[in-house]
Amino acid sequence: MTSAAKADAPLLEVANLTISFPGDVGLVPVVEGIGFSIARGETLAIVGESGSGKSLSALALMRLVPRPGRIAPESRVRFEGEDILGLPVPAMRAVRGAKIAMIFQEPMTSLNPVVTVGAQVVEAITLHESLSRQEARARALEMFKLVGIPDADKRLDVYPHQLSGGLKQRVMIAMALAMRPKLLLADEPTTALDATIRAQILAVIRDVAARTGTAVLIITHDFGVVNEVADRVAVMYAGQIVEEGTRHEMLRHPKHPYTQGLLRSIPRPEARGGKLEEIKGVVPRPGQWPKGCRFHTRCAFAYDRCVAEAPRRTAVTATQGVWCHFAEEGRSP
Amino acid sequence: MTVLSARALLEVRGLRTWFPVRRGVLQRVASHIRAVDGVDLTLHAGETLALVGESGCGKTTVGRSILRLNEPSAGSIWFEGTDLTLLSDAEFKAYRRKIQVVMQDPGAALDPRMTVRDIIAEGMESFGIGGSATERTDLVAQMMRKVSLDPETMWRYPHEFSGGQRQRISIARALAVDPALLICDEATSALDVSIQAQILNLLAELQRAQNLTYLFITHDLGVVRYFATRVAVMYLGRIVETGTTERIFTAPQHPYTQALLASVPSLDPDKRSDTKPIVLGDIPSPEHPPSGCHYHPRCQQRRDVCDRIDPPVVPLADGICRCVLAVPESGRSPTPELQP
Repeated sequence: MTSAAKADAPLLEVANLTISFPGDVGLVPVVEGIGFSIARGETLAIVGESGSGKSLSALALMRLVPRPGRIAPESRVRFEGEDILGLPVPAMRAVRGAKIAMIFQEPMTSLNPVVTVGAQVVEAITLHESLSRQEARARALEMFKLVGIPDADKRLDVYPHQLSGGLKQRVMIAMALAMRPKLLLADEPTTALDATIRAQILAVIRDVAARTGTAVLIITHDFGVVNEVADRVAVMYAGQIVEEGTRHEMLRHPKHPYTQGLLRSIPRPEARGGKLEEIKGVVPRPGQWPKGCRFHTRCAFAYDRCVAEAPRRTAVTATQGVWCHFAEEGRSP
Repeated sequence: MTVLSARALLEVRGLRTWFPVRRGVLQRVASHIRAVDGVDLTLHAGETLALVGESGCGKTTVGRSILRLNEPSAGSIWFEGTDLTLLSDAEFKAYRRKIQVVMQDPGAALDPRMTVRDIIAEGMESFGIGGSATERTDLVAQMMRKVSLDPETMWRYPHEFSGGQRQRISIARALAVDPALLICDEATSALDVSIQAQILNLLAELQRAQNLTYLFITHDLGVVRYFATRVAVMYLGRIVETGTTERIFTAPQHPYTQALLASVPSLDPDKRSDTKPIVLGDIPSPEHPPSGCHYHPRCQQRRDVCDRIDPPVVPLADGICRCVLAVPESGRSPTPELQP
């Protein structure tokens, strides 16, 4: 691939990604045939309820799907034009952290409790780059300041337990950004945080992404978070993407009955005194996904075709697409 | 002598629940975590009072203190005219029936080795409701129908149900003993949003049908605005503001309430919070709360006195505000020179 073509290509291209776990009768898919792309510097949010497969999809990009899960051979994940699912393990290790970094919901589970946070960031840097300890420490300090850690130079020398949840998450973001990755994966990064701290962390992610040109894939169940940080949004249901579009399109003009239902079931001030819209039933478990459109068992608009036939992607605009028979037939649910 | 409000179902006065912090070889009490430090609350029959705040503010401990799961260090808890803090354990048991709780994690709150029938019937047995086991089984079926669970499934175990269904089981168990007050501690926080809507609708229906009173402990302000009659905002062991839901959300007086509301992400794509004020810094530890007003280190409207004086409890038309800047009902500031 020429360097010009490389610059034009999306930073990340995922196609036909399928992740399965062994079940009682063969492999049970948990994510099935999803595709999406992220441009350089762009923030994509993948939204879904528990069991939708959104977190596993992010882990697959790092090739960190937990055993005994496996990524199906026909899956493609291209990062800067290179198929990273086919990379040998040492090459993948170089991508992980240096080019694609990840932060999780619980920062404490990813920090070593007996090493100062500064030393952990320095170690991460020197593992990937041939910098002296002084240079690495200077980089760590720069990153601590970038994510708004107060008294950054003193905070380098404290242990994780001496930091609040919000500061620990800032340390995690600083560590993730220390190698200047092109893509930051953030799995529910603010779910465990309090409201005032969540607002701070979302501002940090948005601000740092803009200043460093880092692309972000954020996994969340919260449309408030989506609105704060995302450029584009993909909604997942039962292992598939059911709708995608810009933040504005998805929040203002959602087309899929599931996206619509999710947005309407959020308690809003206008709903006060009335009944909240419910999506009846429960999210079906992997292995028990209905035939046809997987949402048809909970969809108020489902008809014969939805039961029989899986919907294909219908383009609503140049940026918005929906997997729903209604949209395919030019009707709105 | 405290004058109690008319028709109040529950009145909490000066509640203080401190936890000793032991240190050293001799495990001497070195200090206290002031989880709840002088809380007043009033609940009227049939209303929903939301107790909101961030982690460590003491909201869960208030609920646990009312249930006497944490023994209050001081203060009184009046329920239907009786001070629960003065009762012996045996005497309290009769009241415990009237105050039930639904907790956050429906998985952890249900004994995995008991069938749903036994989980729901357990309370009835211990309070002598239903003459026989058969009668109680009928009552369990009734309860299950009330919370939209299929009574046919009563012989199954909790793990066979989804998160939302398990929360329905918790609610059925609580309602089985016919309580007057239900303490919901983050009862919908662990649920997906579409399931949360189902549970909130169920709680609203049950409240209308049975005149239930809810103490709704939560950090989710969206749920509060949709669901609560009145709101009490807690910060580091103290109530900083109370009022009707409408007034708290449209005209919050306390700077912390204002900051908390500003931190709720909007769902309007044209209104990102780029320009909203963001609260500075972290929540301090309740073991060493800041002097004066506990909120002063994070407050963007602080005055010189705020780190020195305990803020006055300023009466408002619909509640109180604990801040030197609050404008009281009478319109006269308690500390006029501090008005902006």
